[in-house]
Amino acid sequence: MMFYVIRRILYAVPIALSVGLVCFMLVHIAPGDPVNAIVPPDAPQAVVEQVRRAYGLDKPLPVQFALWLGHVLQGDLGRSLATGRPVWEELRGAVANTLRLAVVASVLGFLIGAVLGGLSGVFRGRLIDRAATTVAVAGVSVPHYWLGMVLVITFSVTFNVLPAMGAGPDNAAGWGWDWAHIRHLILPSVTLAVIPAGIITRAIRGTVSEILGQEFIGTLRGKGLRGRTVAYHVVINAAPQVLAVMGLQLGYLMGGSILVETVFSWPGTGFLLNSAIFQRDIPVLQGTILVLAIFFVLVNLMVDLMQTVLDPRISRA
Amino acid sequence: MTGNLVEARDLHVRFVTRDATVRAVNGVSFDLAPRETLCILGESGSGKSVTLRALMRLNPAKRTVVEGRLRVGGHDLVAAKERTLSDIRGSVVSMIFQEPMTALDPVFTIGRQIRETILRHEAVGRAEADRRALELLELVQIPSARRRLDAYPHEMSGGLRQRAMIAIALSCRPKLLLADEPTTALDATVQIQILLLLKQLQAELGMGMIFVTHDLGVAGEIADRVAVMYAGRFVEEGPVGALMRAPLHPYTRGLLGATVHDQPRGQRLTTIPGAPPNLEHLPRGCAFAPRCALAEAACLPAVPTLRGPEPGHRARCIRVQECGLERAA
Repeated sequence: MMFYVIRRILYAVPIALSVGLVCFMLVHIAPGDPVNAIVPPDAPQAVVEQVRRAYGLDKPLPVQFALWLGHVLQGDLGRSLATGRPVWEELRGAVANTLRLAVVASVLGFLIGAVLGGLSGVFRGRLIDRAATTVAVAGVSVPHYWLGMVLVITFSVTFNVLPAMGAGPDNAAGWGWDWAHIRHLILPSVTLAVIPAGIITRAIRGTVSEILGQEFIGTLRGKGLRGRTVAYHVVINAAPQVLAVMGLQLGYLMGGSILVETVFSWPGTGFLLNSAIFQRDIPVLQGTILVLAIFFVLVNLMVDLMQTVLDPRISRA
Repeated sequence: MTGNLVEARDLHVRFVTRDATVRAVNGVSFDLAPRETLCILGESGSGKSVTLRALMRLNPAKRTVVEGRLRVGGHDLVAAKERTLSDIRGSVVSMIFQEPMTALDPVFTIGRQIRETILRHEAVGRAEADRRALELLELVQIPSARRRLDAYPHEMSGGLRQRAMIAIALSCRPKLLLADEPTTALDATVQIQILLLLKQLQAELGMGMIFVTHDLGVAGEIADRVAVMYAGRFVEEGPVGALMRAPLHPYTRGLLGATVHDQPRGQRLTTIPGAPPNLEHLPRGCAFAPRCALAEAACLPAVPTLRGPEPGHRARCIRVQECGLERAA
């Protein structure tokens, strides 16, 4: 068990390294000489060469990567080309904002998905199942930027009860878990929760009805166990599969909320990525993608470890 | 109240769906005395497993209609509500299933699966339940029992898993043990060990046992009485010796003829032509008539009643007397 945990953690290291390599290569994959993004197009050749040396772009690629990695490991992600501030400064607030949004949206989505999926798995083929499945399909299919705008029109414009944009009364500056801030969180998190809610509903429905069809459920009933004890067995059996889906969804929410963050002007990573792309701010792009990817790797690692705890067949097989 | 552990009278079980009604059990009547072993023999789809599950009302509640009279250990199982049924299951009646790999919860340890049964039915603490779980594993002769308490089903062999299954079934000292082909999924050498264990445990604990199988050898090994089931009815029942030696019903004789026992070497085994009837549309009269070499017009108007030369050995065949004579000749 312990051995498996250590091995699984070690597996994450090469994955993180390759993620880092891809992020590093972004600068070189992007069309054009990276130096051109920094210096004005009419700069004299001497200035160009000086900038190239200053940024270390004259060294061989592996050396550049090693240097870059060394900086990253010390928390230095470089400076933003647009603002000149350290990338980490820009990123810190955005990551926190996105994390808040993603976590609230996933908790919401997972709760809705668990209830709907559980009900439709238990009552498969009945009216309640059809209703829940319809909601799930609708949730997965609705484009969420469209839903976001509809919500804004309804709750902000027509009824004027919730704010349409920003992450607080004074926007990005600081966050508190008070109503003034939380009311900004409601519309974007509901919008974001819809897709994971639908996906989790379908995952749980499938898993639960499959488990209920297994023979050991008959054994449990045959032992005289009550409904809630049987339900507990079903939950423990379903958990590993459902957790895997949830982990992926949380990962997607971290990185995939560009559209929703743009619709709601939520100052998160999606918003930051969007502006970095338009400003060709490669260090910010690199840093953001790196942080998101590392987060994805960590979520997956956590899901794997939780699965091992829940399902003894995984670690020993 | 009589002293019988099980009393079934004209028991019917139907599965009703929107498209069809499947008549799986069509009027089964029998008694089981305490400490007695009844073996229900039949081919797949004859209704033997459904009958067994009806004895603890384990067939899917929504689609199943159970009619007739059924008393187990003094409880009326036809009238009982789900709550009462769940009190009876596991404490008065327990079941062992065919495939222990799928019948055990894969992500709970064996010890825990025993413990939760004890805790459900008896007012004991966790420590006491754990102690009893260990005792039970020793009772079913699982080697290094203490270690196996923490084992998961996939970590054990088929034979050990079936022993663990038996330990779970016995955890609350049931009066009646139901076994649904418990040896079918096991290797031949393990089969006989499990059969002997069950026989020994039954004697030790004084349980009644109903054993479903399609294996005549298993029936001969373990049963006091045998009931042969066909199309949801008992077509013959009697003491194991008499039934094996001198079967009354043409179907039973067909089954015995299709099995290797002490025939002379080189003699061909016989087969029963045709297939069992569709339980959605049962034929009128004797359900076996379409496959029976001895069938005649008189077989068709009504289902033959159970009759026989001796009170304990009867068959649903109008030509029972002839069969008896044939045997004497």
